[in-house]
Amino acid sequence: MSLNKKLVDMDYLLNEAPREKHFITGAQAMSEAVKRASVDMAIAYPITPQSEVMHLVGDIYAQGHIKEYYRAEEELGTMSAIAGAARAGVRLFTATSGPGLLRGLEAIVSWPGHRVPCVLGVLTRVINAPLSIQPDNIEMAYLMHSGIIMLHAENQQDTFDMTLAAFAITEKVDVYIPVSVSTEGFFVTHAKGYVEMMSEELAFTENDPYHAPVPAMDNEVPPARIQRDAPVQKSNFMSYLIHSVWQQEIWDSNRRAMKYIYQYLGGPIEVQNPGSDVMLVASGCAAAQAREANRYAQEEGLSVGFVKVRSIRPWPKDEIRAALKGSKAIIVPEHNIIGWLCKEVQASIPNSGDVIEGPRVYGGMTLPVELIMTEIYDALGMKSETLQA
Amino acid sequence: MSLKYMIPASKFKRYLPKDYVELVDYGPFGKDYSEVGVKNMGTFKELVEEHPMCSGCWMAYYIKIIFAALPNPENTVTIGTAGCGRLAISQAAVPFVYGNYGDQNAMASGMTRAFRLRFPDIQKDVITIAGDGGMMDIGFSMTMHAWFRREKFTTIMLDNETYGNTGGQESGMSMEGAVLKMSPKGKNFGKLPAMQLAITAGCVYVVKMSPTNINKSAKAIRRAIFAARKLGPTFIHVYTSCNIEYSIPTPDVFKDAKEMEKGRFAFEEFMTPEAKELFAIVESKKKREVS
Repeated sequence: MSLNKKLVDMDYLLNEAPREKHFITGAQAMSEAVKRASVDMAIAYPITPQSEVMHLVGDIYAQGHIKEYYRAEEELGTMSAIAGAARAGVRLFTATSGPGLLRGLEAIVSWPGHRVPCVLGVLTRVINAPLSIQPDNIEMAYLMHSGIIMLHAENQQDTFDMTLAAFAITEKVDVYIPVSVSTEGFFVTHAKGYVEMMSEELAFTENDPYHAPVPAMDNEVPPARIQRDAPVQKSNFMSYLIHSVWQQEIWDSNRRAMKYIYQYLGGPIEVQNPGSDVMLVASGCAAAQAREANRYAQEEGLSVGFVKVRSIRPWPKDEIRAALKGSKAIIVPEHNIIGWLCKEVQASIPNSGDVIEGPRVYGGMTLPVELIMTEIYDALGMKSETLQA
Repeated sequence: MSLKYMIPASKFKRYLPKDYVELVDYGPFGKDYSEVGVKNMGTFKELVEEHPMCSGCWMAYYIKIIFAALPNPENTVTIGTAGCGRLAISQAAVPFVYGNYGDQNAMASGMTRAFRLRFPDIQKDVITIAGDGGMMDIGFSMTMHAWFRREKFTTIMLDNETYGNTGGQESGMSMEGAVLKMSPKGKNFGKLPAMQLAITAGCVYVVKMSPTNINKSAKAIRRAIFAARKLGPTFIHVYTSCNIEYSIPTPDVFKDAKEMEKGRFAFEEFMTPEAKELFAIVESKKKREVS
């Protein structure tokens, strides 16, 4: 890279390098992380107004922080080009949103099986009709079964830290599958928050494709009749077997990422008052409101605790079970109608009947803390003061 | 130069698969084209040998020509998609990427740019090889936009005028009136004008042909690769009949290709003045062109 940056490892970059406080949007936070990640190539497609991440990444490309950048024809073209470039052994970034994510999904769900290491920003947006540009994270449900690692950022600081960590995690020899960093459009992408950032003179050590567990398709390895990729499937038992062990390995790789989520991000969940009578479980932007509801509850002296889920995949089942053990009611506030987080929580604990399905807002609605407080009062058998007049 | 990666240490050689050792010793890697090219097929270890294509498949024959014509097989990557072609292409001793449906030219865009970043001093040839459905129907947007963006790689469309691999459905490249699956009353529009689209979209070298002459076919493939290295996108639209779906008796496959050559696959070649200049230089050299 021409800017003479000091290249450092991710442990130093994330956990030791001195930081300064900035007041920036979530979109800026994501592109500032990309700036410090020694990205070789970024491929963009517009999804404004939801996310200006890829505009900002274009700016940092023009400034010399990234070696190659272009606007692709549409998201399937973008995600396919990412897959092509990954085969050639470079570090990659792209970001999309709602309908764009679904348009690119055919390529995205093939990334893990093709061992494509890259970082995907997901700035959430309504995907269902009536059409809307508003934030709603239902699209994340479609990523949950793809094999991709999924981090969910609560705020601008999370967006910055998780995006940086994602570049290290995706290239780990025992992981080597893509990492997505999601956060809510508008609520986080367009809103400003305080972000502690290290100097932009520092950057993550450059990608070394010769250390990759899966060789790049650059003919710098013997070109015998072998494929780097999963073999083209035929209809026989060996093919079925290859497919099944291949996908088992993808999901094992996904689970092996957990130790790096501990190493770089302090773990897949954050817990306050585990085992309280009422536990709030939330991820992304909803975690900010749940955190606030928890603060209110503490002021009122209620037995309430809070779990923020940072990692949706790998899913921290054991950690969540431990945090919810002994609680009587579990409230899962979400920014989507289907309650994908709620279903994951229900499937993770023995007493799924104790999970209150909601509150949920969608289509762009905000999530007032009062909505969560009402559920807390109900769960504790108290009358809701906020809604009584 | 990646050749050094493929040549095994002498003491290790005896433990390697016979096929690999033969590829190193008798294959085309690092050799002069005058020794190993299409003119000498049958006298060296070819990159495509066994394949699972149907008896009499004209596409399999043309794929063998593509690989025998490669100017630099040790630095070539091919990209394909669903279709009959990939069954043979994936058997070649050249890395092959099997992408998602129709996305070969988008993948090639990313890959070509990434190669230029990693190997500024080595020419890596990227070639997409897909059928008429993959290139002109499902992959249409990605095919066209790669050309508009002037991506420097070669696109080869194996046109059998049907979806052969999925059982013979109508494609955008089927003839008007053709009765196929999904056109039970006959196709009601004609072939997409692929060659004109390629020229309009900015390809610097475009050929349409029925590959009845091996040398002529190889010359077009090599020209397309040379021009893609220096100048921009190149496109070969080639007739590779499906003798199964079009019920062409195996002994008549060549005759059919000859007839096509007189008809809608009559040889047409487009090149920009820059490409013409380049070919004059490249083709005047006797020795094998490496970069």
